[in-house]
Amino acid sequence: MSSAMNTATPAAKHTAIGARKLHPADTAFRLSLLSAGAIVVIVLLSILTIMFIGGKLAFDTFGLGFIWGTEWNPVTKIYGALPAITGTLITAALALLIAWPIGFGIAFFLTEICPVRLRTPLGVAIELLAAVPSIVYGMWGFFVLAPFMSEYVQPWLTATFIWIPPIGDSFFWFTAPPIGVGLLTASLILAIMILPFIAATTRDVLQQTPQLLKDGAYAMGATRWEALTGAVIPSVRGSLFGAVFLGLGRALGETMAVVFVIGNAIRMPDSIMAPSATIASVVANNFPEAEPGTLDLAVLLALGFLLFVVSFGVLAVARLLLRQERMS
Amino acid sequence: MKQLTPAGRARYFRRQLIDRLMGGLCVLAAGIGLVLLALILWMLFSKGMGGLSLDVFTKTMSQPGSGGGLANAIIGSLLQVGIGAMLGAPIGMMVGVYLSEVGKESRFAQVVRFVNDILLSAPSVLIGMFVYQIAVLPFGGFSGFAGSIALAIIAMPIVARTTEDILRLVPQAYRDGAVALGSRENEVVRKVVLPAAFGGILTGILLAVARIAGETAPLLFTSLGSDTMSLDMTQPMASIPMAIVRYSNTNYADWIALAWTGAMLITVGVLVLNILSRLSFAAVSKQGG
Repeated sequence: MSSAMNTATPAAKHTAIGARKLHPADTAFRLSLLSAGAIVVIVLLSILTIMFIGGKLAFDTFGLGFIWGTEWNPVTKIYGALPAITGTLITAALALLIAWPIGFGIAFFLTEICPVRLRTPLGVAIELLAAVPSIVYGMWGFFVLAPFMSEYVQPWLTATFIWIPPIGDSFFWFTAPPIGVGLLTASLILAIMILPFIAATTRDVLQQTPQLLKDGAYAMGATRWEALTGAVIPSVRGSLFGAVFLGLGRALGETMAVVFVIGNAIRMPDSIMAPSATIASVVANNFPEAEPGTLDLAVLLALGFLLFVVSFGVLAVARLLLRQERMS
Repeated sequence: MKQLTPAGRARYFRRQLIDRLMGGLCVLAAGIGLVLLALILWMLFSKGMGGLSLDVFTKTMSQPGSGGGLANAIIGSLLQVGIGAMLGAPIGMMVGVYLSEVGKESRFAQVVRFVNDILLSAPSVLIGMFVYQIAVLPFGGFSGFAGSIALAIIAMPIVARTTEDILRLVPQAYRDGAVALGSRENEVVRKVVLPAAFGGILTGILLAVARIAGETAPLLFTSLGSDTMSLDMTQPMASIPMAIVRYSNTNYADWIALAWTGAMLITVGVLVLNILSRLSFAAVSKQGG
C-alpha cells in the first residue's frame, strides 16, 4: 500500500481545473471535501481536549506529582500514575525487544531467502495474522500461555537467574512467585501480537529498496547479508525505525491482550515476573466502578490523557520517519 | 577460488559463514513466528469448534449450565459494526478524495494526512474513553449508538488512507480526458475517478469493517454489553468481543467454551473479510492493469 504513494501525480498543477473560475457546484464540492478533512483534525483535537478536561480534576488534585506518584489507593483516594506508566513502558519495551529481531528475521526471510513461490502465500499469512483481533491473543495468553509460564518457565527462570543481585531491595529480577500472569507474560503476548505487524511493515520497507541497489552490491561480490547490511539497510534506515515505532505505538496502547495476563496489580513491580498494570489495563479494569464526576473517574481519564500524549509522540515520530523515505 | 591467498580464503569463508549464520537465524525466526502463530490459531479452532452448535446462533446469553448462546452478541455486533461503518466510511472516503484530488500537497492537506495517520494507529481504548465523554455521559448511559460512534471513528482513518492510496493509482490521463471533454471538477471525481477506483475503495471499507469487528476496548466504554436480545440502539448492547470478555472471566466450563467459540467466530469473520478485500483488490488491479 505504501508503494502507492510513490506514484503520486508529480505535477498535478497542469490540469486546467485550478485555472478556471470555479462553478458553484465545484465550490460546494470542494467545501464538502474540505470539511471532511477538517473533521479528521477536529476529532484529534477534541480527543486531546476532552481527555484533558475529563482528567483535570486529577491534575488539579495531585499536580504534576500525579505522574511520578507511586501510590495507588482507592480507599484513601491517593492516586499516582507511576506504577501504571512503569508497567506500560516495561511491557512495551520488552515486547519490542523480543518481537523486533524475530519480525526483522521474518521480513528478511520473506524478501531474500524464501523460495519465490512461497513468498506471496507466507506474506499474506503474516498480514492476515496481523489482523487477528487482540482479544484472541489475550484469551490465548490467559488460558494457555499463563499456565505454561507458571508451571515451567517461571520456576526455571527463578532457579537459573537467582544469582543476579537485586537492584537495591526493591527489584529482584527473576525472583518471584510463579503465578503465571505478570509483566513477563504480558510482554510475551504483546510481542506475539505485534510480531506479524512488525514483520509485515518491515517487509514492505525492505521491498521498497530498488533492485538496482541490491544488484550493485551483489555485483561487487557481497553476500546476501552484506548486501542487506551494507546497501539495503542504510538506504531505508529511517523507514525501518518507523516500522519499529509503529509497533511500539501498538504495544503502548494495547488493552485487551494485556488485561487478561498482566495480573492487574497497581504497584511498583518488584520483579520482571511480578503482576503489574499498564495505563490501558488500569483504565479498562477500573472504569466500570468509577462513578461520573468523581476523582476516581478523573484519574482514569487523566491516565488516558497521558497515554494519548505519549502515543501521539511515538506515532508522530514513526510517521515522520516513514514519510522521509516515501518522499525520496 | 584458486587464486585466493590463504588470508583471502579465510576471509572468504568467514564472510560465507556469517552469511549462512545470519540467514539461518532469519529462517529460524520465521519458523518460530509461524509456529507460534499457527499454535494460537490451532488452539483457537480446536477449542472454538468444541462449543459450536446451533444454540450459539439461536439462543441468547444465559445462566451458566443452562446452555446459552451468542445470538444477542452476534446481532449486536452486526448492528454496531454496520452502523459504525455506515457513519465512518463515507466521511473517510471524502477525506481520501480531498487528499488525493483537491488538497494534494497543500499545507492543510499535509496536516490532515499526518493527523489521519496518527488516528489510524491511535490506541482504540482512548477512542472509547473519548466517546464515553461525548456520547455516553451527556445522554445518560451506555448505548449501542455510542458503540457505533466509537467504531466509526476507528473506521474513518482506515477508509481515508486506502481511498487516497487507491485514487492516486488512477492514471492522470483519466482526469485530463474528462476535463478536456468539459467536465467540471466534481464530475471528474464522481463520474470518472471514483468509478475507476471503486473496487479499491471497497477493499478499504472491507478492511475497516474487519478491523472494527474485532475491537473490544472501545465498546467497554460505550455499548458496555448486555445479556438480553436488544435491537434498541439507545440502550446498552451486546457484542461478540464483550461477550468473550464476560464469559472468559469465569470458572464455568460452558461459559469458557462459549468464549472460545465467540473468539473463533470473530477471527473467522475478520479473516474472511480480509481475504475478500484482497480478492476484490486483485480483481481490480487485473482489470486496471
